[in-house]
Amino acid sequence: MDFVETPQEEQPLEQTEKRSFFSRLWKSVKGFFLRLWEKIKGLALTVWHGSLATKMSFCFMGVGQIMRKQFVKGFLYAAVEVLFILFMVFFGGSYVGKLLFSGHLGTQEETRWYDESLEQYVNKPGENSMLILLYGVVSLVVILLFVLAWAMNVKGSLANDKRLSDGKPLNNFLQDCALYLNGKFYVTLLLVPLIGLVVFTVMPLIFMILIAFTNYDYQHLPPSKLFDWVGFSNFGNLFSLAEGTGFAKVFLLILAWTLIWAFIATFSNYFLGMLLAKAINRKGIKLKKLWRTLFVLAIAVPQFVTLLLMSKILDGDGILNVILGKKGEIFWLSDTNLLSLLPRVVIIVVNMWIGIPYTILMCSGILMNIPTDMIEAAKLEGASSWQIFTQIELPYMLHVTGPYLITQFVGNINNFNIIWLLTGGGPGDNLHYGVGNSQSTDLLVTWLYRLTTDTNVQYNMASVIGIAVFVICAVVSLITYNKTKATKNEEDYQ
Amino acid sequence: MERVKKKRTFKEVLFGQRTRTAVADALIYLMLAVLGVLWVLPLVYLLYTAFRVTPNTGIINTLIPPDLQLGFGNFKKLFTETDFPIWLWNTFKIAACSCALTTIFTLATAYALSRMRFKMRKPLMNVMLILGMFPGFMSMIAVYFILKAMGLTNSHLALILVYSGGAALGYYISKGFFDTIPRSLEEAAILDGASQWTIFWRIILPLSKPIVVYTIITSFIGPWGDFIFVRVIINNTSPEKFTVALGLYRLINSDRGAFNLNFTVFCAGAGIVGVIIASLFMCVQKYYVQGVTSGSVKQ
Repeated sequence: MDFVETPQEEQPLEQTEKRSFFSRLWKSVKGFFLRLWEKIKGLALTVWHGSLATKMSFCFMGVGQIMRKQFVKGFLYAAVEVLFILFMVFFGGSYVGKLLFSGHLGTQEETRWYDESLEQYVNKPGENSMLILLYGVVSLVVILLFVLAWAMNVKGSLANDKRLSDGKPLNNFLQDCALYLNGKFYVTLLLVPLIGLVVFTVMPLIFMILIAFTNYDYQHLPPSKLFDWVGFSNFGNLFSLAEGTGFAKVFLLILAWTLIWAFIATFSNYFLGMLLAKAINRKGIKLKKLWRTLFVLAIAVPQFVTLLLMSKILDGDGILNVILGKKGEIFWLSDTNLLSLLPRVVIIVVNMWIGIPYTILMCSGILMNIPTDMIEAAKLEGASSWQIFTQIELPYMLHVTGPYLITQFVGNINNFNIIWLLTGGGPGDNLHYGVGNSQSTDLLVTWLYRLTTDTNVQYNMASVIGIAVFVICAVVSLITYNKTKATKNEEDYQ
Repeated sequence: MERVKKKRTFKEVLFGQRTRTAVADALIYLMLAVLGVLWVLPLVYLLYTAFRVTPNTGIINTLIPPDLQLGFGNFKKLFTETDFPIWLWNTFKIAACSCALTTIFTLATAYALSRMRFKMRKPLMNVMLILGMFPGFMSMIAVYFILKAMGLTNSHLALILVYSGGAALGYYISKGFFDTIPRSLEEAAILDGASQWTIFWRIILPLSKPIVVYTIITSFIGPWGDFIFVRVIINNTSPEKFTVALGLYRLINSDRGAFNLNFTVFCAGAGIVGVIIASLFMCVQKYYVQGVTSGSVKQ
């Protein structure tokens, strides 16, 4: 019963949230820096009044710990600092310097001249903008991690001060280790996964986001050429209508298709899948397991197999046309008429083939859990089964599967496989031809991929498009997550 | 007995409804049968093509050529003339290793974020939510450069690291599961003097078999289907390092003639991969439903 009433309850709350969203964002950002500043100030003050050991740890990691006979810990800290200094001196320092303070990503271009004594062309390698940017980002992350380790070291030393003044003995190394299996167990659990995340997601993302502010494209390819900062001009380019270089027209076309596709794909799979699930789970229908298995088989096989197979079946000379007797007449995946309408429809239909079974799987579980008393009551009142479906079951499903729908929608915006394996983004038509080699059924993500792999690569624009995709997904999720209760109340079930 | 008698007095109504139900049932059976056949037809075609050995008939041009022969020729060709056995072994190795890492990373992250309370918990979850909204391909090029700087490109280790490196981001479903385990279990254990490690290893994990199995199998399946990262990381010139996805993809896409020449062989390979993965998926679909309904879906 509760789910019918909740939307009304939430209405006023959501409005206030919407109004104050930006002010809240600003407040939290401001609050973060204020708190950071307070923390640094507090730390400096306590160290100033702290013991000699703490002061030593403040100057060089681990010294204070060694003075207090915590040898293993102390030497580990000291080793970290030594390694960090070596890293900065021999590697990171110069890259950070160039990245942050020179204002350019390298100034020395590769030079090439004819050496008469050797009787051949000689290259003098210049600087590599890409490596400066990449290693600069890596070094900055290393610096950040070092600062965290250093703060931990000072804090640990302060905690020791407190323990000593309270007359308690200090932990030895084994006791410290035991702490990481108990009170601080979350550190042990999260350490390695988060390192993986930093190396394979965070650093690459920072690198790519920075590239959106450079002119890293096929005319500025390292190592032979340099690229440099260009500010926001790539973002301007995305909305520019300039003939030949402006991305606006193509971007809006592809954006529109991406959103239309994501909308139709998500909801067609959702509603048709729900109807099928209802049919399979209907009282009195036998062989439920067989029906379900028939549908699920299509998603059990990896997509590169099913979709490649489909692309061959739907080929102009493919088996479907042979069966229809229209060999070479219907181009299911490459007809450009009416804005490539046919390929678009075919993509959506094929997507149903590999999407509906997921909904069937998911809905089967939920449909069986619908409180039957409501349906019984409705039946007594003489409601038809269509009314029961639209008035009771559908709202219930929508309420329960709200988060699933959002994930599906965002997943479809990023649905690379289906487009790439079916049409490869094609067919190319006159509307899309030109900047960025976009084609008519390209989604933003396949276009992004093409921009980074084609002959005329444009990493900078690919990065801008990636940021655009992020903004779209973030907006969609923000609007809808606020409306669903499911993301909050995580402790409801404990 | 009384109830049955009572119903019979409304004979007419009951009769009308019964026929209506029967007609509806028949229609539903018809629809399920038609759709069910449509749904598996492409897969049947795949298997059929895999067993076609008739040479030079223009494989996709005729459905049933006059000189049709069925047999295991394509499978034989697959195992003798291509590197398919090596690809299979490569994929298995990579999938097994990345599955182990991914499972540990995902479960550890989910457990820490679900069952433990610490200062950075909420900010961490927000950051991970934001990271998850960037398209994965965006960072692919940078990942490639980082691997290159580490001297790891064109190696299976690189693939394993790429598949499992970001695993922490996929913690939602497992966290949803851990969220549903009653807190009282933990509190009782703490009273008995159990450490957090003991609680995790001895109490919560044994209760979480469904989600553990789900995580293991889905992360094992992942590498079998990926052909994007493999294409970027493994050189086209070293087929002995391919995974099945890349190997089969290149079998029919490497050049224009490759398709007609190799389509039946591709179908044989795809059939093998399909059977392996489908049987795994069938085992896990029960857990998939549990995972999705407990993780992202709540009432």
